[in-house]
This record gives sequence, structure tokens and C-alpha cells, in this order.
Amino acid sequence: MTKKIKNLNLNFGPQHPAAHGVLRLILELDGEVVEKADPHIGLLHRGTEKLIENKTYMQAVPYFDRLDYVAPMNQEHAFALAIEKILKIDVPIRAQYIRVMFCEIGRILSHILNVTTQALDVGALTPSLWGFEERETLMTFYERASGSRLHANYFRAGGVHQDLPAGLENDIAQFCEKFPKIINDLENLLTDNRIFKQRNVDIGIVSKVDALDYSFSGVMLRGSGVPWDLRKSQPYDCYEQMEFKVPVGKNGDCYDRYLCRIEEMKESVSIIKQCLSKMEKGPIKSLDGKITPPSKKDIKQSMEALIHHFKLFTEGYRVPKDEIYTAVEAPKGEFGVYLISDGSSKPYKCKIRAPGFSHLQSMDYLIRGHMLADVPAVLGSLDIVFGEVDR
Amino acid sequence: MENLINLEKKINSELASKIKKTECKHGQLYIEIDKEDLIDVTLFIKTNKNSKFKQLIDITVVDYPEKKLRFKIVYLFLSHEFNQRIILSYFINENEMISSLTSIFPSANWMEREVFDMYGVNFKDHPDLRRILTDYGFTGHPLRKDFPLTGHSEVRYSEEEKKVINEPVKLEQNYRNFDYESPWEGTKYIKSQSTDNDKKN
Repeated sequence: MTKKIKNLNLNFGPQHPAAHGVLRLILELDGEVVEKADPHIGLLHRGTEKLIENKTYMQAVPYFDRLDYVAPMNQEHAFALAIEKILKIDVPIRAQYIRVMFCEIGRILSHILNVTTQALDVGALTPSLWGFEERETLMTFYERASGSRLHANYFRAGGVHQDLPAGLENDIAQFCEKFPKIINDLENLLTDNRIFKQRNVDIGIVSKVDALDYSFSGVMLRGSGVPWDLRKSQPYDCYEQMEFKVPVGKNGDCYDRYLCRIEEMKESVSIIKQCLSKMEKGPIKSLDGKITPPSKKDIKQSMEALIHHFKLFTEGYRVPKDEIYTAVEAPKGEFGVYLISDGSSKPYKCKIRAPGFSHLQSMDYLIRGHMLADVPAVLGSLDIVFGEVDR
Repeated sequence: MENLINLEKKINSELASKIKKTECKHGQLYIEIDKEDLIDVTLFIKTNKNSKFKQLIDITVVDYPEKKLRFKIVYLFLSHEFNQRIILSYFINENEMISSLTSIFPSANWMEREVFDMYGVNFKDHPDLRRILTDYGFTGHPLRKDFPLTGHSEVRYSEEEKKVINEPVKLEQNYRNFDYESPWEGTKYIKSQSTDNDKKN
């Protein structure tokens, strides 16, 4: 007698704690083995690109915070660089250090979140409790510089919005002394942990060729052994002057990606330290009054500054007709902005290239043949944030 | 930069009949081609030993509603080996089908789905051309320039019907698009007035 066995379709999400947001994953299961995965995305789609087309360049910056909301300033950086390249303006050196420093803080923010929630997904609660305490400290740095913990709106074309408040540099330096110990603590909990290794080693292996074919970038690419980091290969701002190593994985599995992230956090701390030591007093935004707003003091005294201020906050600055693609190494991978300007004060087109989009696309390829319990582990190591995937 | 110019020369000489225009700026190579040559050109730059553009970064579309060939399709490629970027583009009409890159780059799958969803451009031989970012049952293509920013319909939970319903957008006040551009530098209405005056004089 033969029995007919039907595959089971399982609806994973959109409200599942291990789905890291609003992912609806339709899994076709044969027993406990995943035969096919079909991610449905777009539940957090807000039409960012359409909105940006209808806003001036300055008004468009806050939308970038809302993409990958665990590392907001890295996204703003890509947009600011794109405008600066078209306008051909120089960024004062202090502003460059500030931007690079906050990008690295963003990288630590993102990696802590990812490493600890990945651990949470495979059953370890403590790392997330320890890690989130540090994230809170880092977010207070964000708050002191920009006035906001998450949606900073701090980077501008030509520099940053305002100078760092007194004492912040010292506090960040102190944090850099303290933080490596926290990374060690996290590593003690996870790196040699038997359960963590059983759940991650040899799970979700990506070969070099497939990583390239699936448009992987960032840790997903480096975890598979491709030494590629935009901060090194196409340096922007003052990354050229920074000394840091690019950790590269060997096996391309979830565990290697975890190790890469841990090592990257250590490198980030070293970059922050270098920024702090090299930073000197000076202007923090371009001195071109047609692009950056004047200081409050000047507005009270100078007619020209007042006019500039008024024009900048109503009409905004104009960007000459051009077409450009700029990318930065965001914590999750290559985050790019493809910008078309038409000479007015609003972008004609602004396409956002989010790393998570390509990573999530490969879900079917990664999970096919794995067990159902591996789905959260793989999803965790992809480092998905729906703000950027859905845009 | 020098390497990029060499690459430009090389592509121009080897694919002469297929390339319409090339330009080097911002450290990137911009190439314009014909719609039919997409597959050939892509295969060439991916496999040629002097280019090796092994990664497709993104596919997108720019909408120019007033032009005869309305959509500009844009492909971004990256070569890790030579650290170069190519921006490949061509223009198509509104109802034209274009070839899919999924057989060359598997990552093109979702990118093309997004283009289809946002602009309504259709792809030949795409394995699974469904909408991706918009809601189930959505109509229209939001990133086209003639699609209103506020959209056509909104979703809410209806207490009477006990379910989520779609209804036309009702706004207390319409979206206002202020024209802030300085009149002395010539916005549209001032320009047309002044040219009219010129004609009269």
C-alpha cells in the first residue's frame, strides 16, 4: 500500500519574533525539511523614493534615517556624499572625522543588535541584555550630537548640522576604553558556546561565486572569503587616513558571519579612537553660504546671512543637472544612492540600493534543504532590517 | 581613472556596433546601448577577462513622461577585481517588453520585480514576475511621475463590516506643492510671461 504525502505550507510571520520585523515567509515543508521559501516583503513599504522626489534635498535627509533604523547616520552619509560629489564641494576635515566617527558608532550599534538577536533566536537571552545596555550608551551619544536617539538627521551635504557639545569627545573616548571588555564578555558567552556553535556552524553556507551572483555585500560577502570593503577599496571622507583591518571569513556559514561582525566591532572602536585623536577644532560644515545655513549669530547681524537662511529653508539649494551613483559601506553591506538631479532644488529621481534587499532575496537558496529550526538562525545572520528592505 | 578610460576604449572597440554613447565621470563609466543588445553587452562585461563585472548592484528606471521614449532603464554593475563601476542604460517606450537578466545574474529576480511593480515595465522570460513591495491587490505603478504622491486608495479597518477595507483617499486638505523657486532666477510662469512680453515688443 502506498500513502500519499503532501508537503505542508507554513506561514512564518509577519508577526513572529524571529522574523526581525514584518517578514512574511511562506515555507514549503517536507516533514521538518524546508523545500522552498518564498519571502513576501513590502509590509513596511512607505514610498521613501517617491517622497524624496517631492522634497528638497535638505528635507530628504530624515527619510534616510528611517531606512536602516539601527544605524541611521550611515545612510545619511551616502546621500550627503552623492550631493557633495555633484556640487563639487569640499567637506572640512573636522566634519569628516565627526561623520566617520558616527558611522562607526552606527556600525557598532547595528552589529550589537544583530549579534545579540541572532543569539536570542538560537536560544541565548543574556547577550541581548548586555548588548542593549551598550546600545543605549551609544544612542545617548547620538542624542547629544543631534538631539535624537534614533532618527538623527545630522549629516548635511557639506558637513554636519552642528558641532559636538562640550564633553562628548571625552565620553566617547571613555566608552572606547570600556567597550572592548564588553565584546570579550559577549564572546565568552557565544564564541565557544556549544549550543551556539551547533546552531550556526555549517548552516547557511554561501560559496564565493554565489555570494557575488546574489549581489551580496558587506559581511555576507566577507564571510564567504571575499576581501571587499568599500571603506578600503573606494574610500570616502577620511577613511583613507584610518588604519583598520578587514576581517574575512573562511566557510561562509552563519558562524563565520558572526565572527566577522565581532571583529568588525573591534576595528570600529579603533577607528573611533583614531578619529578622536586626530580631530582638531575647526569648521564643521562647508563655508559656502549657498549650501549650508548660516549661524544664528550671523543671522542677527548680517542681511546676506538672513537671506541665505530664508532661501535655504524655503527653496533649498539647487543641484545642477547630473547623474551619479555613490555607495558607502553600511553595517549591512553596500548602501547606495543613485541620484538624478535636474537643476532644481528637488531630486528628479533617487533610487536607494539597500543591501538587505539582495540578502533577503537569497533566502530560498540559503534555506533549501535545511531544517525548519535553521530558518531563524539563517535569517538572523542575514542581518535584515525591514526599514531598508521595504523602503 | 586611467584604467577606466582604458576600459572605455576597450569596450568601444570590441562592442563598437552595440554602444551608442560612453562617458567617464565621477569615477564611473556611463554606457548607453540599444534595448536589443542588453544580453550581449552584459555577458561581455561579465565574462571578459579585462572587465569582470561579476556583480549586478541594482536595476532601476527613470521616468520621463514628456519624452517619446518614456523610460530609461538603468543597470549598475560592479567589478571587484578591477574596482570599477559601470552604469548601463537604454530608453524604451511605455509598452515595450525588455529581456530579463535573471539567467545571467540570479539577483536580478527581485530587482526586476521591483521595477515591474514600481514602473509597470514588463520582462521577457522572468521566472516569477509578481508585485513585490506594494500591497496584495494593488493597482497602478507608484513611482511613475503621473502617479499622485497621496495615492488613490487608503486602507482602514471598518467597524461596521468587521474587516479591513480599501476606499478612495479622502484628505482634509490636498497636498500642496509650493513653488519656492526664486522668481528673479526664472520660474516657469515668470519665464513664459517675459518671453510673451519679448514677443510683443
